[in-house]
Amino acid sequence: MSSFTVMPLGDKGIRIDLGNVISPAINSYVHQLGELVEKRSIAGIEEVVPAYSTLTIYYNPIIISYESLKLQLTELGSKLSPSAKWKRRKIILPVFYGGILGPDLEYIARYHSLSIDDVIQIHAKPVYLTYMIGFSPGFPYLGGLDKRLATPRRSNPRKKVLAGSVGIAGSQTGVYSIDSPGGWQIIGRTPVPLFRPNDKEPTLFQAGDYLQFQSITKEEYESIADECLRGVYKTVIQL
Amino acid sequence: MKIFEVIDPGLHTTVQDLGRIGYQKYGIVPAGAMDDYSFQLGNLLLGNERHAAGLEITMLGPTLRILNDTEIVIAGANLSPTLNKQPIPMWTSIHVSKGDELGFGKPQSGTRAYILVEGGIDVPDVMGSKATYVKAQIGGYEGRALQVKDVIQCHGSVARITENSMTSNRRKTISFSATPNLEMNSVIRVIPGPQESMFSEETIEKFYNSTYKISTQSDRMGYRLEGEPLIRHNSNEMITDAVTEGSIQVPSDGQPIVLMADRQTSGGYPKIANVISVDLWKVAQRLPGQSLSFKKVSVTKAHDELRKREQLFSQLHVGVTAHTFSKI
Repeated sequence: MSSFTVMPLGDKGIRIDLGNVISPAINSYVHQLGELVEKRSIAGIEEVVPAYSTLTIYYNPIIISYESLKLQLTELGSKLSPSAKWKRRKIILPVFYGGILGPDLEYIARYHSLSIDDVIQIHAKPVYLTYMIGFSPGFPYLGGLDKRLATPRRSNPRKKVLAGSVGIAGSQTGVYSIDSPGGWQIIGRTPVPLFRPNDKEPTLFQAGDYLQFQSITKEEYESIADECLRGVYKTVIQL
Repeated sequence: MKIFEVIDPGLHTTVQDLGRIGYQKYGIVPAGAMDDYSFQLGNLLLGNERHAAGLEITMLGPTLRILNDTEIVIAGANLSPTLNKQPIPMWTSIHVSKGDELGFGKPQSGTRAYILVEGGIDVPDVMGSKATYVKAQIGGYEGRALQVKDVIQCHGSVARITENSMTSNRRKTISFSATPNLEMNSVIRVIPGPQESMFSEETIEKFYNSTYKISTQSDRMGYRLEGEPLIRHNSNEMITDAVTEGSIQVPSDGQPIVLMADRQTSGGYPKIANVISVDLWKVAQRLPGQSLSFKKVSVTKAHDELRKREQLFSQLHVGVTAHTFSKI
């Protein structure tokens, strides 16, 4: 393992840095450590929050001291292994590309001198890694965008981008999980809600999941949207 | 039971409790009362659980019609509370009757006041909390700030912690010396942040020796500060990581932002410092145009202060008369 640096984040947070780079290997240490911490169920720990290369743990200092927590986390850290295997989910996310649901698709195609079909094919091909969830409820920070699609943000951000919009910003791609202002280039939309506050799992994606986009027709979009509304849509998850 | 009908919602009135714990890994922040200190004191005065939901009001308070007899406490900022247009005291339980009109006048001190109700406000739990998180439209009253004609329910006396506090007719109040002082809190204690090392020693010194003015662009998400710019000497991009309440982020223009209750769960700006838990309410009560400065303390010191505050709360919890408390 490359590094294990423990630092406070305020007086109720403890942050472990596992290597200051964005890479699937370091990120897998983050998730591994997160699982070890959750399994250990240490009294006083309130939240375990993975990010790209850091794991942050929120705790109640009335129940557990910083030093004692640091000691226990360091001990768990010694168990991390690069060969550790665990089940990751791969979620297939249906997307209608272009049209009014993807108003910047043509711009991106022109920007890179590609055909619209090329852009769709290049975007839907990779298996993306959800490094972490953040920015807004259920928003996946994805890694794996093909460099050929890297495009600067819009010069004038939109006041409202609808939930489900799939976008590109620089070398990142992502899916808006709630309606919000935003400057990403929008290439399509998924009818599947990423944020479902009344479900037991309030978000479709969790840190560590894989994601693959699947290009669908307008008719398929409408029928999936309807199934989602009626609560009968089954997300395609491959283990 | 029905307790309030909204006649005028005020500037920004939301249902809050102590927040939604356990969902930051899903990108969902706790939200909750910005001044958690006043909020908890107010609930304890009513004999409520400390987390019982109440209304957070901002600068311009609402006008509410009372729909059932009950006890309430107004805590936090002094926004000139009135009952049927007559001034009423804060930090003391007030009996209100069906048909009364609760209102507010000119803001006197502080930014946020709390209307706490016997038993707590009753709205559906979303992920274990009643706190309103407007950005995600969850919690509270339909996931939004109150509007005209909304009717708010409360639990009645169900959520009370002790029977004896209810049966005693003695009006519970808190001595002036134990109420939060909203005027004298311009020095905010902080712990160094995880990216302090991205700043030079001179810049760090500048941060601790300067006074920052709170910008008008300050809300439940964060307080933007104006003052000595904190420019990083190394321009390395940092990798997005978790942020928390009180995290002081420094964007590239060098003007710090203190993240508050409705922040995001993660951020990509370096955090030079983090406000300690017991001082968050002080920031929450400062007004745009007022100033803040920062003082470094250790994690141990922050925890000692938190423990002291917990002791005060638990003493109030068992119903010891409030005036025996000295100023904390």
